[in-house]
This record gives sequence, C-alpha cells and structure tokens, in this order.
Amino acid sequence: MTACYHCGLPAKTNIQREIDGQLLAFCCIGCEAVTQAIMDGGLENFYQYRDEHNGKADAEHNDFEAYDLEVVQADFVSVVSVSALSDSYSSETVSSTDSTSPAATDIYDAQLYISNISCAACAWLIENYLLKFPGVLAVSVNVASHQCRVRWDKSQCKLSEVFLQLKNIGYQATPASPNSYALERKKSAKAALLRLGLAGIGMMQVGMLAIALHAGGVQGMSAHWQSYLRWASLIISTPVMLYSAMPFYLSAWRALRLRHANMDVPVSLALVLAFTASIWATVSGKGQVYFDSVSMFVFFLLLGRYLEMRARHASASQSEDLSSLIPKTVEKLIPDGRKVVPLSAVNLDDHLWVAAGAVFPCDGVVLEGRCAVDESVLTGESLPVNKTQGDTLMGGTLNGDSAVSMCVTATGEQTRLSAIKKILERAMQEKPHYLTLADKLASRFVLVVLGVALLTAAGWFYYAPERALWVSLSVLVVTCPCALSLASPAALTAGISRLGKLGLLVSSAQFLERLSAVNHIVFDKTGTLTTGDLCIAKLRCLGKLDQEQVLAIVAALEVQSEHPIARAFHSVVYTKAATSVVVEPGLGVRGLIDQKNYRFGRADFASEHSVLDYPGAGLWQLLADDQGPIAWVLLQDRLRDSVKPLFGQLQAAGMQITLLSGDRRENVEAMGRSLGLANSIAEALPQDKLQYIQQLQRRGDKVLMVGDGINDVPVLSAADVSIAMGAATQLAKTHADGVLLSNNLMMIVAALQLAHKVNVKIKQNFAWAFFYNLCALPLAVIGWVPPYAAAIGMSLSSIVVVLNALALRSTRLTALAKVR
Amino acid sequence: MDSLYILIPVAIFVVVLAILLFFWAVKSGQYDDLESQGKRILFDEVKPKTTAASNATVSAKAKADTHVD
Repeated sequence: MTACYHCGLPAKTNIQREIDGQLLAFCCIGCEAVTQAIMDGGLENFYQYRDEHNGKADAEHNDFEAYDLEVVQADFVSVVSVSALSDSYSSETVSSTDSTSPAATDIYDAQLYISNISCAACAWLIENYLLKFPGVLAVSVNVASHQCRVRWDKSQCKLSEVFLQLKNIGYQATPASPNSYALERKKSAKAALLRLGLAGIGMMQVGMLAIALHAGGVQGMSAHWQSYLRWASLIISTPVMLYSAMPFYLSAWRALRLRHANMDVPVSLALVLAFTASIWATVSGKGQVYFDSVSMFVFFLLLGRYLEMRARHASASQSEDLSSLIPKTVEKLIPDGRKVVPLSAVNLDDHLWVAAGAVFPCDGVVLEGRCAVDESVLTGESLPVNKTQGDTLMGGTLNGDSAVSMCVTATGEQTRLSAIKKILERAMQEKPHYLTLADKLASRFVLVVLGVALLTAAGWFYYAPERALWVSLSVLVVTCPCALSLASPAALTAGISRLGKLGLLVSSAQFLERLSAVNHIVFDKTGTLTTGDLCIAKLRCLGKLDQEQVLAIVAALEVQSEHPIARAFHSVVYTKAATSVVVEPGLGVRGLIDQKNYRFGRADFASEHSVLDYPGAGLWQLLADDQGPIAWVLLQDRLRDSVKPLFGQLQAAGMQITLLSGDRRENVEAMGRSLGLANSIAEALPQDKLQYIQQLQRRGDKVLMVGDGINDVPVLSAADVSIAMGAATQLAKTHADGVLLSNNLMMIVAALQLAHKVNVKIKQNFAWAFFYNLCALPLAVIGWVPPYAAAIGMSLSSIVVVLNALALRSTRLTALAKVR
Repeated sequence: MDSLYILIPVAIFVVVLAILLFFWAVKSGQYDDLESQGKRILFDEVKPKTTAASNATVSAKAKADTHVD
C-alpha cells in the first residue's frame, strides 16, 4: 500500500490526483486539498525540504469568522504604530514589507499559535504562502515556540481569511493569547542563557589567567605579578559568582528554609567558601586562589541544567485554558432571527443556535431539533449520544450532525467543564511529592564533607596552624560536588532527548525518575486504547443478501455523511450508487439503490413495522428494505494495533494494569475481558477517576496514567507520572508529564525500559562521583592537592559523568525489566 | 612583561564588550529559535514558482519575490 503524499498514513486507492504530472495518492480528501493548495501556490518544494511527514489534515470545519470581532481580537491583536512600522520585525526573520504604504491605522499585528509546525520547511511554507495574499504585509514564524506573527492590513483582508488560508495548507492556528505560563517559560529560558553565556565567557578568561598562575605556582613567579593576575581573576569571576550562580544560592536558601537539603546546598556552600577564601587570599597576598575552579564549576552546572531545561521546553506544549475549548462567539436567537454575540454576553435562559459541527458554548437543554453529540472529551463515552428536546447539553462537547437550538442553563464557572477545572486544581495540589535521588544524597553529603573539613581543620591546627585554613578549604574545593550534581541532569537530558526521538515528548523534569518506579499503569479507554473511530466488528446477514452486498449498500448510503457511524464505512470500496439519500439525525440514513428503498440505522427506524430485539450489547445497526430486515452490523471503537503487544509485554513484566473509563459498562467490560485484564472500571466520572488513583497511591502504588480526554485531566495531574496521547485535547497534553506524539503505545514499553536504564546510569554516575571524592579526599586532607590539581580533577570527573550519560543516546532497548 | 599592565585591562574591556553584545543578542530574541534558523539558508535559493495561486495578484507575487532576496 502506498503512503499518503502529505501525511504518510496509508493512502486509499480511490483518492488520487495528478498534480504537475505526478500521480499522487492520499489518505483523505483533507490531505488532498492541502497538497493541492500548496502546489497551486507554487510551493511544492516544501515537500522536498521538510524533515518529516505532516500531520493528517483535519477536514473538520472551523468557523473562523469569530476572529473578525474586535472583542475576540482584543486578546491577541495589537495595532501597529507608525513608528513601529519602520522597525519591521527587528529580531526575527523579516519576511516582507510592502512597497505601497497603506494608512497606518489599518495595520495590525496578530500573534498566532500553530501547534503542528515541525521544521524549518513549515516556516518557509507558511511565510511564503500567506504573503501571496493581498493585505498580508509580513509573516514571521518561530519554529521553536510554534508562534506565528502576521501583520496585515485590515482594509484589504480579514483576519478570518488568514486563519482560513492556514487551514488550507493544513495548519491549525489558534490565537496566542498571552498566557503567563508560556511567558514565564520564555523568560526563564532567556535568563538561563544569559547566566550560562556570562559564566562561559568568564570561565574562559579566568582559565587563561589561571594557567599563568598555576605555571607560576610551579616555576615560581614574583609576588607582584601573582597579585596582579589574582586581582584580574577576581574582577572577572565576580559577575560569574554574583549573577550566574544566583539560582544555586536561591534554591539552596529555599531548601534550607524548608529544613531539607537539596543538591544546591553543597554546591552553594562550596562556591561561597571557595570564593570568599580566594578573595581573602588575593587581598592578603597569602594562601591560594580557586577563581578558575569556581567559574568552571558554575559553567558546567549551568550547562547541565540549561540543556535539561531545553529538552523539556522543546516538548512543553502551550498551556491552554479550559475556556479555549469553547467558541468565543455564539449565535443568539432573537425575535427577528439570529445574531452573533460574544460569549460573555450570554445569560441564563438565553436561546442559542448551535450549528452542526460546532461546540456547545455552555450548558443547556435542547429546545428544538435532534442531534447526536460527541461527549467523549468530557465523559469518555465512545459513541455519539442522541439528544432530543429537553435533553441536557454540556459546554465543550461537539454537536455532531444537525443544528439545534438550546436554552442556556449554566454559564462560565457553573458549567460541567468548569467543575472539572476545580477537580483539577485539587488534583494538582495533592500530587505526591517526589524526592529525587540527588536530593536524598545531598543532605548526607553535606554533613560528611563538613565533618571531614572540620576534622581536617582541627588536625592541622595542632600540627601547623598557619596551613589549617587552606588545607580544609582545599578539602571543600576538591570534594566540590560538580560531578555529583551533574550526575543526574546529564543522564536525564540524554534520556529525554532519546525519548524525543522515539516520539515521546517529556515536559516534566522528574518524568524518567518517576517512571522507573511505576508498578501500576492505568489506561483510559476511548481515544487512548482505541482510536475513537468506529469500525465494523461483526456483520450478521439475515439471509437475503451476502456480506459483500450488504457492505456495498451501506457504504453507498453513508458515503456522503461525516457522522462517526458513516465514517466506519468510508474504507469500504463502494460499487453501488445511492440516490435521494436522507440522513435522519439520531436515527439513521435512508436512500434509493437500484430502485429499492433501503434504510440503515437504529432498529426501530430501519424496520418500523417489525421491531426486532438487538442481537446483543453494543452498537448494533440494522439494514432493511421495504420487505424487512436484511442484516445486523456491529460497530465498535477501533482498538489501536499496539494495544495487544503492549499488554502482553506489560503483563509478562508483572505490571498491574487497570482500565479506567467513563464509557458504558458493557463496552468497558467487553474490552477488559478481551484483553485479559483483571481490573476494569466503567462509567467513572472525573472525580471518581481521581479518587481511584488516589486510593491506589495510598496503597503505595506508583501509578502511570495514560489518557487523552478532558475528563482525564485531573487524573493526569494527580498520578505519579502521566502520558497523554498525541491526539489528546490540548489541555490533557499540558497537564501530562509526557506526550506520546506517535500514538504508538508500544513506546510506553520503550520509555519504561529507558527509564530503568537512566536510573541505572544515574546511580553509576553517583558511584563514580563518590569514588572520585573518596580518592581525592585523603590527598586533600593531608594537604597534597594544589589548586591546579583540584581544577583538573574536577573537570575530568565531570567529563566522565557526562560521557557515561551520553552512552544512553545509543543504548539498546531490549527486554522490559521485571517490576519490583 | 610590562605590556601586561595594558593588555590585561584591555582584555577585560573586550570581555565586557563581548558580554554586553551577548546580552543584547539574547534579549533581542536572536537565540529564541535555534533549530530552524540554521536551515533557513537552504531555502534562500528556492523561490516560490510564479505560476501562483489564482487569487494572488501581481503585486503579491512581487512582494514574495522581494522577500527572498
């Protein structure tokens, strides 16, 4: 089977198109349209230069017109002043400026967030494609932060058109409203880079002077020159100590105030003592200076932490508020028709009109009409729920097949969606605290080193009082925990980048360490173990026609519909054509094939006169003609291919597995049985899920939660460690510790293996760091370690730790270790 | 050796300049996107074909071309 030209998924034989003399195959009409748009724009080079396949183009219609309203734009659009026009995107890539200068008051900047930008080719495509449209003045794309800045002329084009153009080439844009989380992350990344850069430049300069000093120490140099070089080193290393090393002092201070020790306590102690002693030595002209060691120490530590932070930030998805799930405008029913108003203007008991394919803006009841609602994000319910007059609707759920009018019963904080937010807040507070191995060791380490240093000072005080201070100081510098504090960041960074290559993005620092302790995995069902799409599970013919004919008839009836049930038949090669097809919302579909009337859907709809009993539990649909029933079809949520091998390996390793779903009991239990699971819990509300996880945690289990929906968000936050699927709602991704981009569940096994290896690596690194300290300590105690030896020892021991960690990048992942 | 009296202060001065330059570069956002900028240069040669979209006007095309230079 060929792969889709655009997204790389298996292509369908019936969707092909000749573009520029090439016959290209696609998986869906969405991808086909996107490729067509890109080719039409003359930008086909994109396909040549991109690093990886694009995501499947979403055929889902989005109503962008709301983005033209000024109330909505207030969040992410700013007017460009006349003076700012000339500065033209100073720092970022300048993409274009227009030669004709329109009235400056009509020029605006919009900040957009585009989640599926993956490489430089995407940036090139977006910039060049958008610039072709009149009114778009400049575009700049930042691949790292997934942000896109568009400057456009309001008098020439509407912002909704920009959104539409982006959608045409397969990019889902959302307004990048300033959110504190992303801003904070950006600020801390910049600050860390400044500190690192300063420490790097300082380290090199001080190191250069130190070579002269060390050489002078061996060959002898006049006190005059020595003092001069020491003062120069002091001047250069002061900003490193005061600015670059500040995070260590602050973190150590915070830890001490809470009366526990973390790795930063010994680090700060070594830095402050070594630096003050060096200053004193410089001023008094006696003793030894360690400016080079401390600068190098600061630089190495900052480098380790910076790389770890970058690995995490690269995968942290933009934090998203619950409110962004809800449309920003609604259509309100007023006496003489419908009117678009901002969501904030909606009150209780207002009557709203919700189109097919739109998201319900708030809780309410159906006034008029019938519709099938996809509630899976809130409840985990795998099948669309049919709603008629008087049924309740939940804000955030998706209206499936036909427009309805609704009466508002709750808005804002009172909605079901907001209730989940409150559970989420509780879950985040109650997440179990985890002490990293490094922090556990740190407190003992501090005590031991201080003890040894004091004993050394006391010993030397009797033997040679004038050397006591310098020898005990060299003890502190030699045992300086450089290798020790690099031990875990180095291994974690290598592990995180390896996971990234496997398609699992990690956004939490403790992900791997926590994962290695997991003994119980809890899976959500809909959207996690299953794809959320229906497929044909069973077909039971009642005699008249054979299976192939039945499928051909149903496929012909359903070919035009985008209902989840209809989509199950889209893969069937249809050989018949249906005419006068009518979709009856919530019931089924009927149409004319070969001059015969066929109906397909609920039993009471398909065969009105002779109502039959359903053959069993599950979603059975009936095909009938005017004479009577023809065949039963059972539809089922499609299980991901990777589930069975995954469970096989997990069970073989002795991992406990629980299925925790909000879906109906019969669906969940059937799946639990077919997968051989002992525990499956159905019909769980978000708060039930949270309670269940917390109960496991009280029992002492370390829980990994894998989920995707809004209803999983609280448990994703509360579990010891959590993974969201790549197709999950943005909110679930934000609150999970990792995101499984590839949606291949087997990667969980790989991640567990890697977590185990990383843990081993961290322990090896600690063992090495202790070994080094153990060897160096006696030498330092008897006063045999000059400053240059301390510097060399420190850098060599750190390099060993880093190299050892780098081995993780190519380590082989074979068998899953048994769960302890 | 006496030249060191001048050279080391000069070196410190240059280092301070380098640090200021680095701070300016970071603060103005030059390090915000380290991944894609290196590859952008590869696209400089690639001009969008001027067969162009039906709704793209002549001026839009000219615009896109000037950008590439």
